[in-house]
Amino acid sequence: MVSIRQNEYPNALPDFRNLGVVARILLVANLLALAAALVREAEPGRVLEAFVQSTVLVEPPLLATLVLLLAGAPLLRRLPWWRGCALVLALVLALSAGAHALLGAIAGVGLVRMLVLAALATALVLAYLWLHQRAYSPALAEARLQALQARIRPHFLFNSLNAVLALMRSDPKRAERTLEDLADLFRALMSDGRNLVRVADEIGLIERYAAIEQLRLGERLRMSWELDEAPVDALLPPLVLQPLLENAIYHGVEPGTGTSDVLVRVERRGNRVHVLVENPAPPPGAPPRHGNHLALDNIRERLMLFFDADARLETGERDGRYRVELEMPYRAGRA
Amino acid sequence: MSAPLRVFIADDEAPARERMKSLLADIRPSVATSLAGEAANGLEVIERLPASGAQVLLLDIQMPGMGGLELARHLAGLQSAPAIVFVTAHDRHAVEAFELNALDYLMKPVRAERLAAALKKAAAAGPAPRERLERAGEQAHAGAREFFSVSERNRIVLVPVGEVLYLKAELKYVTLRTKAGEHLIEEPLVSIEREFAERFVRVHRNCLVARGAIRGFERGGGETEEEPHWNVVLEGLSERLPVSRRQWPALRALLPEARE
Repeated sequence: MVSIRQNEYPNALPDFRNLGVVARILLVANLLALAAALVREAEPGRVLEAFVQSTVLVEPPLLATLVLLLAGAPLLRRLPWWRGCALVLALVLALSAGAHALLGAIAGVGLVRMLVLAALATALVLAYLWLHQRAYSPALAEARLQALQARIRPHFLFNSLNAVLALMRSDPKRAERTLEDLADLFRALMSDGRNLVRVADEIGLIERYAAIEQLRLGERLRMSWELDEAPVDALLPPLVLQPLLENAIYHGVEPGTGTSDVLVRVERRGNRVHVLVENPAPPPGAPPRHGNHLALDNIRERLMLFFDADARLETGERDGRYRVELEMPYRAGRA
Repeated sequence: MSAPLRVFIADDEAPARERMKSLLADIRPSVATSLAGEAANGLEVIERLPASGAQVLLLDIQMPGMGGLELARHLAGLQSAPAIVFVTAHDRHAVEAFELNALDYLMKPVRAERLAAALKKAAAAGPAPRERLERAGEQAHAGAREFFSVSERNRIVLVPVGEVLYLKAELKYVTLRTKAGEHLIEEPLVSIEREFAERFVRVHRNCLVARGAIRGFERGGGETEEEPHWNVVLEGLSERLPVSRRQWPALRALLPEARE
């Protein structure tokens, strides 16, 4: 089972494939180089010069390390923390020694000094990443995820039950189907929000949700689905798509009296999963319905907990259509 | 046995209207009703209800076009206003407001017994006074209305609030001025000022003007009249409205570029 609980060792190395982690390493390493330059040179003018000079020796092994860590990330994540750290340290030292052999003459720094500095810097970066990870430790993240569990508007539940009651006599078959759909929806809502689910399951869920809305709203709702290119095996946090569709219907369809088109598109582009949900923008001057940003903030925060800085959720308006775009890394898996 | 109660159903969801109709059929032994009409949004209610002879309106408060609480206030001006039973799936604020103002309401899904009881009560009590509906609208955080309404004998004319340039109190009535013409409504200027504080600003004891329509101020009165004063110039109107000395400082602050 894939979940954020996969982080079983409290002291595991971070995922080096994650953009946020890579950015933090680059930032911390360069800040250290700058600090070293500040310590060495008293004159402000010379500090920059010293910093630039040191980058000649710092950047090549740093970048090479990052590339190798990226490639070896799956392996590193399986090692206990201290072994992982030892491996990273050995990697940095080897690459630094290599860089020194090639470029040492330009920079004019002794090999031993360079290796000691590289080891210190590596230790500092690892310690920082460890602290950062503890701050977002799985236990804490789990607690937050549970608090963030997606919620359906009660308004929807009671109106749906009312619609089912209306069908009981006229179309008992459809009433049955609708109750089954409702049951699936609420099973998903009450399930463990910490486990990733497959895109195929999430799509099945929003199709059921849309069927219920269709029953309530009739021809006022016209759904279009673009799901042929959807990466069915991609993993994502549960109930990320459903609130987007719920918002689209609540803000884009219910306030209107005519027919409103809602589009849902899920596709894979390279190593990213793209989701687009589009609905008619409310007419200017229409009274705003509240509660929009709560759902979006909720999804954003859950994406952050699962993907760190590697996922994004953007909203905007174009040609009278309100669009929500969601992008996240493609990770295949069986949930 | 008395004549059946004429009931009008307003709900934007077709299944919900169907359900209400089958419930009305179910309770026929205890409350005899006939269907006066149906509507799927607020504007349809305004159009269809006045001539329908409805005695009771079952009104879903969450409908497109116009919210149920605003709708209720417009209907209250009718000569034969119906008694209203509000219906809501889930709106805590509205339910609180109904409780506070002794307005009857039903929760969806509606039960037959509750519906029967509400209809009997509504038939006996008749329409709720407008003040109670107004207070409920405020308490339910329904926001300012989107329309003013002028009730003619069997008809309601809606004037979008956005089209109103100024409101002027004269004796018992308030005159609404739009680009197209004038309407008389029977509402105190003070409560309009409170409800639409963001849209209208007071220029005189008896007059509110739309902030967005103010184009400037010019001198008025002078030698021929008793006292010189400022007039406000409104977009699209040749008419000038006097500004009272008391309101002038606040108004001048609205227009930093106002010239002497």
